Amino acid sequence: MNRQSGSILRNTLTLIVVVLVAWQALYWIVGDIALRSPLQTFAFAGKFMSTPQFAQHLAETSKAFGLALLLAVAIGLTIGFTLGASRFLSDVFEPMLIALYSIPKITLYPILLLAFGLGMSSKVAFGTIHGVIPIALFTITAVRNVKRVYLKTGQVMGLSPLDMIARIIFPAALPEIFAGLRIGFSLTLIGTLLGEMFASQRGLGFLLMSAIGLHNVDLIMALTLLLTVFAGTASVVLLALNQRLYARS
Amino acid sequence: MRSPLLWRLLVLAGFIGLLEALCLGGVIKPLTMQPPHKIVTDLVKMLSSGSLNGAIAKTLGNALIAFIIAMILGVTSAIIIHRLRRVRDTLEPLFATYYAIPVFAFYPLLIILLGLGDAPQIFIGAMLGIVAVIVNTLNGLDRVPNVLLKTARVNQMGPVETALRVTLPCASPYILTGAKLAVAYSLIGIIGAEFIMSSGGMGYEISFAYNNFDNATMYPLILLILVVSITINMAIARWEKALMAKRGLR
Amino acid sequence: MTQIAQVSLRQVDKMFSRGGNPADTVHALGPIDLELRHGEFFAVVGPSGCGKSTLLELVAGLSTATRGEVAFEGKPIEGRIPDGVGVVFQEDASFPWLSVRDNIAFGLRRMKLPPEEKAKRIEKALAMMGLVPFAESYPSQLSGGMRQRVCIARTLVTEPRLILLDEPFGALDQQTRLLMGDEVLNLWRKTGATVFLITHALDEAAMLADRIGVMSARPGRLIDIVETGWPRDRDSRIVQEESFGAITARLWRSLREESMKSIGKAGTTI
Repeated sequence: MNRQSGSILRNTLTLIVVVLVAWQALYWIVGDIALRSPLQTFAFAGKFMSTPQFAQHLAETSKAFGLALLLAVAIGLTIGFTLGASRFLSDVFEPMLIALYSIPKITLYPILLLAFGLGMSSKVAFGTIHGVIPIALFTITAVRNVKRVYLKTGQVMGLSPLDMIARIIFPAALPEIFAGLRIGFSLTLIGTLLGEMFASQRGLGFLLMSAIGLHNVDLIMALTLLLTVFAGTASVVLLALNQRLYARS
Repeated sequence: MRSPLLWRLLVLAGFIGLLEALCLGGVIKPLTMQPPHKIVTDLVKMLSSGSLNGAIAKTLGNALIAFIIAMILGVTSAIIIHRLRRVRDTLEPLFATYYAIPVFAFYPLLIILLGLGDAPQIFIGAMLGIVAVIVNTLNGLDRVPNVLLKTARVNQMGPVETALRVTLPCASPYILTGAKLAVAYSLIGIIGAEFIMSSGGMGYEISFAYNNFDNATMYPLILLILVVSITINMAIARWEKALMAKRGLR
Repeated sequence: MTQIAQVSLRQVDKMFSRGGNPADTVHALGPIDLELRHGEFFAVVGPSGCGKSTLLELVAGLSTATRGEVAFEGKPIEGRIPDGVGVVFQEDASFPWLSVRDNIAFGLRRMKLPPEEKAKRIEKALAMMGLVPFAESYPSQLSGGMRQRVCIARTLVTEPRLILLDEPFGALDQQTRLLMGDEVLNLWRKTGATVFLITHALDEAAMLADRIGVMSARPGRLIDIVETGWPRDRDSRIVQEESFGAITARLWRSLREESMKSIGKAGTTI
């Protein structure tokens, strides 16, 4: 277990070195018109992070992302447990969820804007619709794959339906559910950011979009770096936790 | 009477009926959304008049190119990465992070590198799709039983022939899973890029119509994208299911 | 030509080192000396983990000997798969995406034969293995025994001069094994090929083989070679013969101690 999370750390460090080297090389080739070197980007990002403007947008994005994640997890788990427990319901609805998963959700942003208006609720909605379906789909499979003998054991012990979920189904299905949460986390984050890019006037996504519009390379690079570092750290931590869960079962 | 397909259709019909009723009843204002029947008739009108055929062809064409690039490069790199344990371990954190990174941030850079034409959009579409293809192909390659590889060696097959005749056919259901995602991601890449900065294509037309309160153009275009992506997805899913059924799985 | 043995192993050793660490080297096999005669049916029995399958992989060219020489028809194998050798594995190696006919045709894809000849060989293999009614079926529609027949047929179409069987019936039930044994004897007679069978089942070896090599616990060496003296046109009914009991008894005498050693070894490593 420790060896495994240790190797994730080592792999991540190797990857970071490779990316930095490639980035610097690309900078030498492309030059200043479209790119900043890693050092310049780190310096600008450091300076930018101490401005009140950054804090304000960060707070806005964190709030939107937090709400979207909460909604995506709550709705996703509810759908997942309901459909996972019933063969019939999952037969009816699972293909519909898969079809929804496959649509390019980015095209839906004008509809969300019209429905929710420009601001917090539409980007929360955008984040939620990105994250909810993978969480639901993974949970359905996880619940369905719980070994029959565990369920029979629970029945023999006379567990109530609620105990059955809390003490048997949830722990048994946890590694796979967690894999869904990990993907849901990433997609909710990108959904929220895309929502901010296209349907908001506040937040880091909006900042990125306006930097793209103004061709402010320093800001584009710094924001991309910060967002990537945040998403990367979270993903790697979640991945390590997930492998730990799988190793246990 | 408990046919899932029938119920699915009923649910869908009920949902559309509800939307229709809400729109006609004025709960949903026409400025927010047109009633579904009007979206469909608008779409038919739009397609038969051919006014936006150029934009549609541009977007779908670019998405197709991006998809093909993502598939070819994705499957090839997966085969190579699969043989290089160290490289694969190193890339694992990247794969886990990839879809949380706002790839569109690189669009301005790509425009400078590749020019203002279709190339940067296709690049973004392919870039989004390729990781899904790689991850799913690797998953499939992991599941090729060792005994089949031994059989390939006993039959004196080289690495290329083994890939083409044993590993890839064996992994094909998983590659198709990657293909489904690649379809969605190439559309996301192309349309997203068109939203941000473009002079044509469906994404551009949608945001143009949105800014001009032109719901009679915007909704049919969105519907068309949804119909196209769901249709392709279902076709691939059906193929995937047929492959799995032939192998007695599922 | 007849002077040269079909297969010969001279002073063959096989070591495995874990992670390239020489201190962590396992002596899996050897030294082994063995010659297979043309057209004979040779079986190898031994305690679990003695390196039986490693021995087969060396002869098949699937792995290389650490020391010594493995030769097929006088030519050293050296990790290259020789022509004229067919292998059937214990695990199901039928390709699930190909029909039975295409699975069998797969063996012929490299051979430069006229299409009529290929078709003829496929039909012959189908008939020989009783697969004609299932030619267009897919492996998933067949039982484990039938899938193993597909794998045998896929090997037969190449008309191998040496057939290597790596516990091919290990995953099948006892009755099916006996019947499959009869079929293997039958095709051994019809093809005239040399058959090299790895098995853990003493009765299977005693019933099928002309000669039986008994292997020791790891590192696997040949500690006894038993001549059965069966006529060429034998079948599974010889299990009723008195000498059948004598052969299995002799095999067990040689093996009992070795098997206990291998269990004891496993016991100490836990």
